[in-house]
Amino acid sequence: MSTAFDVERIRKDFPVLSRELPGGRPLIYLDSGNSSQKPVQVIEVMREHLAMHYGNVGRAMHVLGAESTEAYEAARDKVASFVGAPSRDEIVFTKNASEALNLVAYAFGNPVNEDPRFMMGPGDEIVISEMEHHSNIVPWQLLARRTGATLRWFSVTDEGRLDLSNLDELVTERTKIVSIAHQSNVLGTVNPVARVLARARQAGALLMLDASQSVPHKPVDVAALGVDFVAFTGHKAAGPSGIGVLWARAELLEAMPPFLGGGEMIEAVWMDRSTYAPAPHKFEAGTPPIVEAIGLGAAVEYLSSIGMDAIAAHERELTRHALEALGEVPGLKVVGPTGLEDRGGTVSFTLEGIHPHDVGQILDDEFGVAVRVGHHCARPLHLRFGIPATTRASFYLYNTPAEIDALVRGLHHVRKVFA
Amino acid sequence: MIAESMYQELILEHYKHPQGRGLRDPFDAEVHHVNPTCGDEITMRVRVGDGGKVEDVSYDGQGCSISQAAASVLHELTTGSTVPETLAVVEEFTRLMQGRGQVDPDEDVLGDAVAFAGVAKFPARVKCALLAWMAYKDAVVRSAS
Repeated sequence: MSTAFDVERIRKDFPVLSRELPGGRPLIYLDSGNSSQKPVQVIEVMREHLAMHYGNVGRAMHVLGAESTEAYEAARDKVASFVGAPSRDEIVFTKNASEALNLVAYAFGNPVNEDPRFMMGPGDEIVISEMEHHSNIVPWQLLARRTGATLRWFSVTDEGRLDLSNLDELVTERTKIVSIAHQSNVLGTVNPVARVLARARQAGALLMLDASQSVPHKPVDVAALGVDFVAFTGHKAAGPSGIGVLWARAELLEAMPPFLGGGEMIEAVWMDRSTYAPAPHKFEAGTPPIVEAIGLGAAVEYLSSIGMDAIAAHERELTRHALEALGEVPGLKVVGPTGLEDRGGTVSFTLEGIHPHDVGQILDDEFGVAVRVGHHCARPLHLRFGIPATTRASFYLYNTPAEIDALVRGLHHVRKVFA
Repeated sequence: MIAESMYQELILEHYKHPQGRGLRDPFDAEVHHVNPTCGDEITMRVRVGDGGKVEDVSYDGQGCSISQAAASVLHELTTGSTVPETLAVVEEFTRLMQGRGQVDPDEDVLGDAVAFAGVAKFPARVKCALLAWMAYKDAVVRSAS
C-alpha cells in the first residue's frame, strides 16, 4: 500500500500548497498539528452543499431539509466507520474536541444524572496528565471545583513519556474518570492506552482519550482500543473547523444526562419538564454545524481513500528525517522522544538562547516556513520542562522531506541573526 | 524581507546585553505583567525620588527579543527623567506601536525606542513590545498611591 503513496499527487489536492506568499516565497506548511489544510475534495463537497442542498436538518419537511438531513447523517456514518465505532449512534457531533471533553466532564456530578458512575463529590478523584492540552485540563479543574472531587495527574518523564511508575497509586477505587491524550500535541508521544485502561478497569474508573492528534494521522479503532470516550476534532483531519466528535459507548451515552438543552435534543417538552431524544441527538442541541459535519464526512472519506496506514507510514518517514536533520542543528534540543517508537509526526524543540517567537518570525518571514511557537496550549508541560515555550513542526500527509530541509536551513539562518 | 527590518541592530544589541536588568531595592511599587498568548512575562520595580524624578526602573522577566529589548530600552529612557517626561514617552511609544506601521514617530520624544517602529507592522508582536511599557505605566501609577 505504501508504494502507492504519491505525495506529489496528494499535494495537488490541496490548493493552498501551490500558493505563493508575499515576496514570492513558497509556502512550507509545518503546522498541521495546529490545524491542517483542506483538500479540494472537502472544499467542493461543502461548496456544493451550501450552493444546492442547504436546509436545516432533522425538522424541515421539504426537499432541501431532506437532502441536508441525509447528507448530515451520512457524515455520521462515514465518521463512525472511520473510527470503527460499533454503532453510528455513538458518534456525537460537537463544535470541536474541547466541547466533546466538556460534554463528558459535565456528565459528572450533575444532579440530573442518576447513574452511580457519573456521581461525583468530595473523596472522588479525576486523573489526567501533565502532558495534556489545556482542553483536557481545564474542564476537569472546573469539574473538581464544582463537585469537590480531587484532581490528580500523571507526571511526564525527562524523555517525554507518561510516568506510569505510580499508576496503581494514582488510579484507585476513588478514581471516577481518567482522561489522557492518545498522542501529545507537543511531544508527539503516543501513550500506552492498554496499560492505563487495564488499571482503570481494575479500579472501576472510566477512561477518556483526547485523540485530536491521533485520529487524523493513523488508523484509530475505538472498539479495539476498548476505552469509554474518545474526543477529536475535524479541522486537524483535513476537515473544516467548527466540527468535532465525541465517541462514547452507547450504554454510557444513554446513562449520561444531556449537556446543552435546546431544539433537536428533546423528545417532548412541557412547561415544567422535558424528555430527551436518544443519543446522539440528545447531545446535539440547536442547529448543528451542518455543512461542517458534511465536510468532515468528506475529509474522512478522502483520508480513507489514501489509507490511514499509508499516511502513518509516510509521516513516520518524515519524522525519522526530521529527528535526524534537526539533531544536526547546533544548540537545538528536541523536547520529546528522539526515537520513532510510539511517537507521531510532531517535533517540538528549543534553540539555545533564542526565543521561539523570534525563531517562528524569521522562519515565516524569510523562508515561508509556518511552524507554531509558544506553549501550544500545554503550559503545564512546558513548566515541567522548565521552558516558557517551544518551536513545533508538525507533519501531515502532504509534507515532504524537502520541506523539512527548508526548515533546517531556516534554523541555521535564525542562529546567524542572533549570533 | 520585512522581519529583518523588525530585528534592528539596536534591538538585538539590547536583547543580548540588557541594560539595568535585575530587581533592585529600594522601590515604591512592583508589578508583574504577562502576555497570556505567548507567555512573556516581566516583573518591574519603580523608584520615584523627591521632585518626581524616576531614580530606578529595575526588572526581570523572560520572553522574546522584542519584549526583552523593549524593557532594556525603557530602563535607559526612563531612569533619570521626571515621571511626566516618561509618561510622554510611554504615550508616544504606544501610539507608534498601535499605528500599524502608519505612524510617523517623534524621534525627539522616543530616542532609541524609535528602533521598534518596524514591530508595529506585525500585529502579533505589538504586545511583546508593549509588555514592559504597560508594566511601567502601571508601576508608576501605583508608586504615586
